[in-house]
Amino acid sequence: MVHKSADEKLLSDLRSFLGDRARNGDFELGLYSKDGSVLKGDPMIVCLPLNTDEVQQIVLACRKHDRPFLARGSGTGLAGGAVPIGEPVVIATAKMNKILDIDIDNRIAWVEPGVLNLDLSRELSPLGFHFAPDPSSQQVCSIGGNVANNSGGPHCLAYGVTSAHVAAVEVVLPDGRVTILGDLTPDSPGYDLRGLFIGSEGTMGIATKVAVRLTPNPPEIRTLLLDFADVRDGAAAVSAIIAAGLIPAALEMMDQRAIEIVEAFVNAGYPTEADAVLLVELDGLPGGVEHGVQVIRSVAESHHVGSVRVAVDDSERALLWKGRKNAFGAVARIKPDYYLHDTVVPRGKLVEVLEKVYQIADAYDLIAVNVFHAGDGNLHPILAYDSEEKGVLERVQAAGRAIVTASIEAGGVLSGEHGIGLEKRDYMGMLFSAHDMATQDLVREALDPDGFANPLKVLPSGSRCSDSFGQHVPEGAWV
Amino acid sequence: MNRPGEVDQKVVEFAELVGAVDPITVVGGRTQWAVGGTPESGTREVQAPAGIWSHEPEEMTVRCGAGTTLGELSEQLARYGQMVPFDMAAEATVGGVLSVGHSGLRRLKYGHIRDLVLQIRHVDHSGQIVSSGGPTVKNVSGYDLCRLMVGSLGKFGCIAEVTLRCLPIPAVAKWFTGVLDPFEIFNRLYRPSAILWDGNRVWVCIEGVESDVNAQASLFDFEEVAGPPSLPSGGRLGVEPKDLRTYTQNDEDKWVAEVGVGVVHSERPGPDRSINAVNRSLMKDLEKRLDPNNRLNPGRQVLV
Repeated sequence: MVHKSADEKLLSDLRSFLGDRARNGDFELGLYSKDGSVLKGDPMIVCLPLNTDEVQQIVLACRKHDRPFLARGSGTGLAGGAVPIGEPVVIATAKMNKILDIDIDNRIAWVEPGVLNLDLSRELSPLGFHFAPDPSSQQVCSIGGNVANNSGGPHCLAYGVTSAHVAAVEVVLPDGRVTILGDLTPDSPGYDLRGLFIGSEGTMGIATKVAVRLTPNPPEIRTLLLDFADVRDGAAAVSAIIAAGLIPAALEMMDQRAIEIVEAFVNAGYPTEADAVLLVELDGLPGGVEHGVQVIRSVAESHHVGSVRVAVDDSERALLWKGRKNAFGAVARIKPDYYLHDTVVPRGKLVEVLEKVYQIADAYDLIAVNVFHAGDGNLHPILAYDSEEKGVLERVQAAGRAIVTASIEAGGVLSGEHGIGLEKRDYMGMLFSAHDMATQDLVREALDPDGFANPLKVLPSGSRCSDSFGQHVPEGAWV
Repeated sequence: MNRPGEVDQKVVEFAELVGAVDPITVVGGRTQWAVGGTPESGTREVQAPAGIWSHEPEEMTVRCGAGTTLGELSEQLARYGQMVPFDMAAEATVGGVLSVGHSGLRRLKYGHIRDLVLQIRHVDHSGQIVSSGGPTVKNVSGYDLCRLMVGSLGKFGCIAEVTLRCLPIPAVAKWFTGVLDPFEIFNRLYRPSAILWDGNRVWVCIEGVESDVNAQASLFDFEEVAGPPSLPSGGRLGVEPKDLRTYTQNDEDKWVAEVGVGVVHSERPGPDRSINAVNRSLMKDLEKRLDPNNRLNPGRQVLV
């Protein structure tokens, strides 16, 4: 434990170059104690740097005072990756929000980490481009957070996740050195440190500039809504669409409960009597899109589809997507709190695992709502609850673990796009052997030998050699 | 399945073959054997297990031994209208192509080959099996060691088994040529699969449904050809895509560039590319951690 006087010295060091952008008031500390997960930590000081130089100075000050640090974007992460454990200094990148350069000839934009995902695509749109990863939180999540979590989104089915869309990252390493990982050439020399860094959840350093790839906007987009009287037919249709050789731009599913709450929320005309709907988007050149629509119609018909609705214009398309992208918020209509899960299973196991999710929710007396990326088997069960209810969090946690177990047993993985963070680090052993994790830690240590960067995340403490700042998730971290 | 302890017997046998003691190198199809230099004499040569162990067409994933040739892989996948767009010699092996990490000619459309890798099982310097990534098409569980393995020339371990993402074979794939401005083609066509340029002539690969391919091709004065030109094989350099126009102006040798990507195939090897001191120290540290006794491909260099 660091003494109070040392903390004051650190604060005064930070204030010497950040001024009032180094804060430790109750309001800030409360605000930055949580992210989008149901976990809570204990930040010591919150810093709001404006540039790489300030981030570097913060890191060096933390090193000098033996204090861990934690980078934070918009704090929308759902796995607790930005929850400050071990009283770290929080380095919030929200004020580093400039698009620095748009380089059309290289199809690259250099951006600061605090730029919001949707703001970037909006800025690129008049030029005919966008940034392909589009998490549901894209209105508020930051590019730095996308890099940390290797984020996905509905359109990653066709376009791939963040790693495929980032050419280079400027990083302040945990020892304070600044470097650029990757470059704009096709094969940057040496090993792919860029690929290693993306998705490392802030445990290998802090991204201060990101070179993102620009994806051309498709000339034609078609969005379809299919409804099914039986969720099993809907799930079978998902596999059949893929097996027919089609990779839609997005292929999303909502179950009956999700349809009901979303429809009440956005009035998009979703068929509330259906057991499940599929939201399918096709994009590209007109011939391919038209061919795709025909394939989907024929697959849907052979899977007992109720109706096929094709959005006639951009506003109808936006309305259909509004339902999907606001589904999580709409859950508030049934319960004040929710816990959003993220696992991936083989597409062919979707129905089997969905049924298990309902059974698990019933067993723990919780309400499960399912809205997810069916095309890549990425389940997002939402467990709705009321935190005022006594003992409910223990049930939510136990149900969460049961869902992860069911997914792994079906041949799936721990997380498709939210990351491991704090939430799932103790589940890593379900997927990896002790030696696998020790190897991962060996690699992590090459970048952060002293464990200063976002300690206690990703790997369970037993597999980490250098958790200098504590070994266990503190009691009471679950809120 | 991907549970700790559930590993294919052939991977276990390969781990025994690799062992934990002597200098070792894995030989694939020897199609890119000279990249990074050849291993020191006395280095024991082994082959990775071969064979397609599972292909689930509706999942669009394939799991195979790293010694499987691209020819065998393509043949299996084509039966179901699928492919993995590595675009390298048929006798090249999956493990070899990933270890070298060079993408094929259709990278402009399909991206870098590392983004097709879902899971890798490798044997490390101590003869132990390490799994990274996961078998599903989407996964962010743990550190991304798969990407680190791609292009590492076997310096971090011997790749034993690979799970790859498959893609549908497009209905139509055509090559066109003409004496045209490749940069204008890059700006006007929607996601062509390849644009090759030798400073004078352009070759373009367009894939999709027939009507789209023809409509895109009609935007320029193209002539349809059977395939890409033969590429100079002496060297392969990489530049920023926008630097292609000026970079190649004064080169008197024959070269063919991948427009929009930045790869230049030339007759002479390219200059060694410098790595900044910080990155070099991190990379050296990784080498030391993952191969403390320098037994993995000794003599072969990623860090020149």
